[in-house]
Amino acid sequence: MKILVAVKRVIDYNVKVRVKADQSNVDLNNVKMALNPFCEIAVEEAVRLKEQGVATEVVVVSIGSKSCQEQLRNALALGCDRAIQVEAEDGPDSLSVARILAKVAEAETPGLILLGKQAIDSDNNQTGQMLAALLDRPQATFASEIKIEEGKASVTREIDGGLQTLKLTLPAVVTTDLRLNEPRFASLPNIMKAKRKPLEVKSADELGVSVSSNIKLISVEEPAQRQAGIKVSSVDELVEKLRNEAKVIA
Amino acid sequence: MSTLVLIEHDNKTLSPVSLNVLNAAKQIGKPITALVVGSDCANVADQVAKIAGVDLVLLADNAAYEHQLAENVSKLLLEQIDPDNKGADAARFSYVLAASTTTGKNILPRVAALLGVNQLSDVMAIESESRFKRAIYAGNAIATVESSDAVKVMTIRGTAFDAINAEGGAALIESLSNVHLSADIEFVEESLAVSERPELTAATTVISGGRGLGNGENFNMLYSLADKLGAAVGASRAAVDAGFVPNDMQVGQTGKMVAPELYIAVGISGAIQHLAGMKDSKVIVAINKDEEAPIFQVADYGLVGDLFDLVPELEGKII
Repeated sequence: MKILVAVKRVIDYNVKVRVKADQSNVDLNNVKMALNPFCEIAVEEAVRLKEQGVATEVVVVSIGSKSCQEQLRNALALGCDRAIQVEAEDGPDSLSVARILAKVAEAETPGLILLGKQAIDSDNNQTGQMLAALLDRPQATFASEIKIEEGKASVTREIDGGLQTLKLTLPAVVTTDLRLNEPRFASLPNIMKAKRKPLEVKSADELGVSVSSNIKLISVEEPAQRQAGIKVSSVDELVEKLRNEAKVIA
Repeated sequence: MSTLVLIEHDNKTLSPVSLNVLNAAKQIGKPITALVVGSDCANVADQVAKIAGVDLVLLADNAAYEHQLAENVSKLLLEQIDPDNKGADAARFSYVLAASTTTGKNILPRVAALLGVNQLSDVMAIESESRFKRAIYAGNAIATVESSDAVKVMTIRGTAFDAINAEGGAALIESLSNVHLSADIEFVEESLAVSERPELTAATTVISGGRGLGNGENFNMLYSLADKLGAAVGASRAAVDAGFVPNDMQVGQTGKMVAPELYIAVGISGAIQHLAGMKDSKVIVAINKDEEAPIFQVADYGLVGDLFDLVPELEGKII
């Protein structure tokens, strides 16, 4: 079985985000970029499935400008076999991304498609679900456990009240949650090896998808800052304040 | 043109977050149709029909919808929005809303893709008919976006809107008979936490514990205080990752967003990812032994000291 993993290049999760002075967007100039953490978990899961002998090949795909090749090489160093970059302007909307991924999936015919549940920049949490709908295939979002047996994927999902397990007929789309696995670090020999693994470049036009969006970013602002309050010196003082000043307890 | 709201429920009772979503729908200002999808869920439809502001209730009650699987519910929604398959421009609804919960997030993007439109996720303010605000970068920036899609598909952040009045309405209930059942997906099991305490996102008081609690057993201290205050108990990601408590208790950007009247953070340092999930609370109390902990920068009342002394003392002094 072949696994297709879709990944996104985003701001490194350790970097503090700053809004540009003109409020047009956040400032990404000279900011460290990285593989989206949820995508990294998806890569790790695909590689583990290959190591277990469940998958035979892991193909990683990313959509964006040439700079996303850095993240594709990173995924190759983590154990993916080959990569596809679909050249497009950075920051296409989720529907365009899902349409491009659907075309890639039609050509590659993977048994399983893995994606992160959301990117930590746009926080949309949409692409996997949209892709599954376009392909008319089943989905399991927010996965914390994946088992593949006899053409089916048994997936445990993290839902609001607890956990839910679904059984999906492959091919299927699964999006990863935080607790699915702990991604490995790429070793130096594997980073060197990754440089020689195949990386194919395609364009969105070639795939017959025009990247556009009906959602326009008008402005970006800093969230309202909360002011630090006071330190109380005892439980008695706290209870008194909560009762008489904040009036939140009886 | 009107607004379609996907109602969240467990086949028996309406989930409180739906009242917040309905308020967002009310702010859009178009007639509101509420869709109840489930199995043996006529009770829920009755509850929804009584909500002031709901004009029509659509009820799809069938065993096939018992677990509200996205594959089936999305097709049912599509059929309601675009019955003649003519595309978004000819749709019966111009807005489609659901709560930004794991259910809403699971279903709605499928609907958007089938309609060929984008989705606005986790909307926190309705600025106009086409302008909305939503948080990006884990709540570190707020984006104002404008959608020119013919159908605006949106998940709504419940804590950003007040609940609508659950009484005073008398909407008609219309039953839908078409059933969509995908053969490629099967529900196996569900393990839901059973608790006598209020649901985290709906509670007026929330007490959360962090790594400072040391282990899962020590959370009993928080449960005991919570029962006295009628509060829900949450946790930081650090406490969840350390295995102290299950993941459904996690408050934060990757967990639940809460905005209670009173939030008490116990043994929580205040990582950005946690603050993103609770900083809209009205009053924040922090109890931590490290007086430099970032949580104190957002707390209205900070108490520095050993939580193992302070929490029982607090419980004893609350009536």
